[in-house]
Amino acid sequence: MKFAPLMTTALLLLAANSAFAETTLRIGIQDDPDVLDPHRSRTYSGRLVYTALCDKLVDVRPDLTYVPQLATAWNWSEDGKTLTMTLREGVTFHDGETFDAAAVKFNLDRARTLPDSLRKSELASVESIEVIDAKTVAIKVKQPDATLISQLSDRAGMMLAPKASATEVGSKPVCSGPYKFVQRVQQDRIVLERFDNYWNKQAYHFDKVIFLPIPDTSVRLANLRSGDLDIIERVAPTDVKTAKADSHVQVFSTPGLGYMQLMYNTSNGDKANNPLGKDKRVRKAFELAIDRDAINQVVFEGLYAPSAQPFPKNSPYYDKNLPIPPRDVEASKKLLAEAGVKTPVNVELKVANNPIAQQVGQIIQAMTEEAGFKVNLIATEYATLLNEQQAGNFQIGMSAWSGRPDPDGDIHQFVTCKGGQNDGHFCDPKLDELLNKARTVNDQAQRQSLYFEALRLLAEDVPTSYLYFDPRIIAMRSNLTGFVPNPDGLIRLNDVAFK
Amino acid sequence: MLTFILRRLLSAIPTLILVSLFVFTLQKLLPGDPVQAMAGEERDPAVMEYLREKYRLNDPVPLQYVHWVGNVLQGDFGTSLRTEQPVTTLLASKLPVTIELAVLALIIALVIGIPTGVISAVRKGTATDYAANVFALSGISIPHFWLGIVLIMIFAVKLQWLPASGFVPLGEDVGQNLKTLILPAFVLGAGLSGVLMRHTRSAMLEVLRADYVRTARAKGLFPRTVILKHALRNALMPIVTLTTLLFGELLGGAVLTEQVFSIPGFGKMIVDAVFNRDYAVVQGVVLCVAIGFLLLNLLADVLYRLINPRLRTA
Repeated sequence: MKFAPLMTTALLLLAANSAFAETTLRIGIQDDPDVLDPHRSRTYSGRLVYTALCDKLVDVRPDLTYVPQLATAWNWSEDGKTLTMTLREGVTFHDGETFDAAAVKFNLDRARTLPDSLRKSELASVESIEVIDAKTVAIKVKQPDATLISQLSDRAGMMLAPKASATEVGSKPVCSGPYKFVQRVQQDRIVLERFDNYWNKQAYHFDKVIFLPIPDTSVRLANLRSGDLDIIERVAPTDVKTAKADSHVQVFSTPGLGYMQLMYNTSNGDKANNPLGKDKRVRKAFELAIDRDAINQVVFEGLYAPSAQPFPKNSPYYDKNLPIPPRDVEASKKLLAEAGVKTPVNVELKVANNPIAQQVGQIIQAMTEEAGFKVNLIATEYATLLNEQQAGNFQIGMSAWSGRPDPDGDIHQFVTCKGGQNDGHFCDPKLDELLNKARTVNDQAQRQSLYFEALRLLAEDVPTSYLYFDPRIIAMRSNLTGFVPNPDGLIRLNDVAFK
Repeated sequence: MLTFILRRLLSAIPTLILVSLFVFTLQKLLPGDPVQAMAGEERDPAVMEYLREKYRLNDPVPLQYVHWVGNVLQGDFGTSLRTEQPVTTLLASKLPVTIELAVLALIIALVIGIPTGVISAVRKGTATDYAANVFALSGISIPHFWLGIVLIMIFAVKLQWLPASGFVPLGEDVGQNLKTLILPAFVLGAGLSGVLMRHTRSAMLEVLRADYVRTARAKGLFPRTVILKHALRNALMPIVTLTTLLFGELLGGAVLTEQVFSIPGFGKMIVDAVFNRDYAVVQGVVLCVAIGFLLLNLLADVLYRLINPRLRTA
């Protein structure tokens, strides 16, 4: 009998303890982010962290339309040169500073003028930012810019606390997102905790969110299966079967925005002086020898989306009438004969030195050999590959692009004459005209027809062969609910909770 | 002894200078541009130029070297190009992790390697000897990343006894810390124990054939005393050298093991740094490891003198 009160107390204590138990969400990410300053950072893993840490002016939905976040409404002036945004009220930064129009001006100016800002090109069209009143800001652009809203839905639209950001940002970012920064141990963890004054705090259910960089995909999955992690991102296609077979794990796969392309060197230096660089028929023949679906089945277990254009299927700018050219070895041979080149045509294909890229390269090598190409496959370490492509030291370069919600970011810089990423130096003034115009048009139907026309020109000249879109595969413990996958692959934690 | 140590420390200085020169020039020869790695997908030329100026990458290489050495002498190893953290801070946070992992792995290697080496030498040609050899050979030849993933599958996923990966600092929770380190330490230790076993065995075999061992046996000493006191102590000399070398190697970072188990030590840091052409970090780590190696060599020499009295008068 003596034990009864003691037991009751113990039970009560236990109950109280579990009621107040801190909920921690552990997310395994593929690599350690770089500097945590939205205006200067470049890594995808950094964007994963920002999704919980820093709010943006607008957010993007799974169907690639834009919804309010820190801006509740926006509209363009008649001449398309002023974007007026109404800002959310009652928002504070993690350090207590109030979010207002002046903070927006501070951030956009910082992103535009900081010497090492990587957001400059994204905000290149912005001429000035005017504070109309505390809750209204007007962004003036040099010429109409249809891509601006999309830019503001990513790092260029993230808001840092002006006072705290006057000095150091990278090591201790102060934003206004649902979770605030606590600690970072390089290559080990980034710890965030719930921000109690968040404007939408009822939608967020964890006390702590910890990001743990784990580079090896199978180890990441093992951690999830053992319960040491709750969510993992970038699951390898080859691991999907194992993950799905585990009853404690659920898998979300959604078509992503990022694509893989083969860029041909058409006029960047001496390396362009070869049949492939000089004759579009030879490029066309090369493309016709490739079976995109076979690559998908062999390397990616059929989980990727083969494609022949730079826009994903769920984009309004995806051209349904532009088919993926099926593999046709005979047609390929015929084109080579027409071009009058001596077979086998020797070409150099540079790929990144990771196993997946090399495997894709080998398949392309085998497929094109049947049509009369002799591909010399060169696997190069990634940083070196970038350098060589830019310097023109390549014939075909296989490189990935992470994709943008707005079509402009997926095409303009790669194929326009002066495009920053146009390593092959392909140049067609007519294409430039179309793509430059598409940047400035806000009307979707009108924009669509411009892009469709551009895609047709690209299919004709083949400065680049698009291969496939990679899906964003996220796996999590089955006791989590409420997650909605997004093509950008970012993990939005609103309404996500433990069952 | 003290003058000996001082003399050795002084002679280490030219070695360090050479090492620093090597590292500095070698990584400048690497293709790829740190600024391009930093500027990311966007590759804005203005930003790249600014970063080049900021990190003095436009200066001639000798000038860059002098500048770096000058800062290092003042205790400033520079700033990581990638994360903008001071390299000194990074080194200070990784070094204890790497040392702890190295010590644990070495303990496991010694505990397994030396006894099995002794036993297999004493019982040469028997089934025990063959079994020990098979064990040693597997230890040496099984790839670390494979063994690591298999152990994770068994102990973390199936049995759920240990965490699959990650790291908890010693100061935070000793039990958890050991739990996170036991598997990686075992993976590393198992490989090294094979090496140690093979060396102990051959050193022991040689010593066991020596005249003084026969004399000791003839005197009627217990076999145990002969083996442990007379033979092993003399056989230990090459093992000490090997152990310090192995320890030095472990300090350089167990690249694959750290990667598989997500242990935030030197190995993981240096791989990331090399791929991102984060020069300052690479230089800092290599210099740190070189200093570690030199100190360990010194330690080996001191230990020699302790084990072998004949060297003390030399």
